[in-house]
Amino acid sequence: MHEEFTVPSKDFSVAGEASSKIKRILKQLNIPPQRIKQIIVAVFEAEVNVIAHSYGGKVICDIEEERVQIDVIDTGPGIENLDLAMTEGWSTATNEVREMGYGAGMGLPNIKKSCDELKIYTKKGDHTHISMRFTL
Amino acid sequence: MKLKEILECVDGKLVWGESHLEDEVKRGFASDLMSDVLTILEDDIILITGLSNNQSIRTAEMSDISNILLVRNKRPSQNMIDMAKELDISLSYTPYSLFKASGLLFAKGLKPVY
Repeated sequence: MHEEFTVPSKDFSVAGEASSKIKRILKQLNIPPQRIKQIIVAVFEAEVNVIAHSYGGKVICDIEEERVQIDVIDTGPGIENLDLAMTEGWSTATNEVREMGYGAGMGLPNIKKSCDELKIYTKKGDHTHISMRFTL
Repeated sequence: MKLKEILECVDGKLVWGESHLEDEVKRGFASDLMSDVLTILEDDIILITGLSNNQSIRTAEMSDISNILLVRNKRPSQNMIDMAKELDISLSYTPYSLFKASGLLFAKGLKPVY
């Protein structure tokens, strides 16, 4: 099963819509609720990152019998220092993002904890591609 | 602790979700930071927060949290109520601060997540 969702930049009113739709799909597939929660927390964090930090992007979901593959690809501006971004508590979020309850610097660390395989491509001035794989 | 007992304990008012009043809530988690909430994998918790916007509802949805208690007398917007209805999440508020509401509930026996 293949699904794609567009995620806008800066519009928090739609934050979580893609994750919500993916969650519904996973529920229909009778995946255990605890596993769905782990997957969706990672997808939601990545979706919020696109809204908070990027020029917009998309969430691509591929589901097969034994795995869920989620690719979150934005259109820039890229992460300057990925090691710092992976550090718990480190954040470049604006006050506006913090007022929404995000920007605690836990996004990428939460994602790393939740997925079985994580690959990140990013470069300052280029896009960011987060590839997450979850074994079912 | 049932949700109705939680509301009695903090002088809380239920805005939406009467069907949740008998919910057995095992633990409480208090935070205004949604990424912290997203780290919790336990079930049957109540989210106690001062974050009165759609993001607290969305976060509850992602974390399978069925009950939200807003503190500092923050009333949810109609938009929040609509979203809570759609996702079947109860919404309440208390006049107390995050600290006082959490303290009262802890003293009554509501367990922390950690």
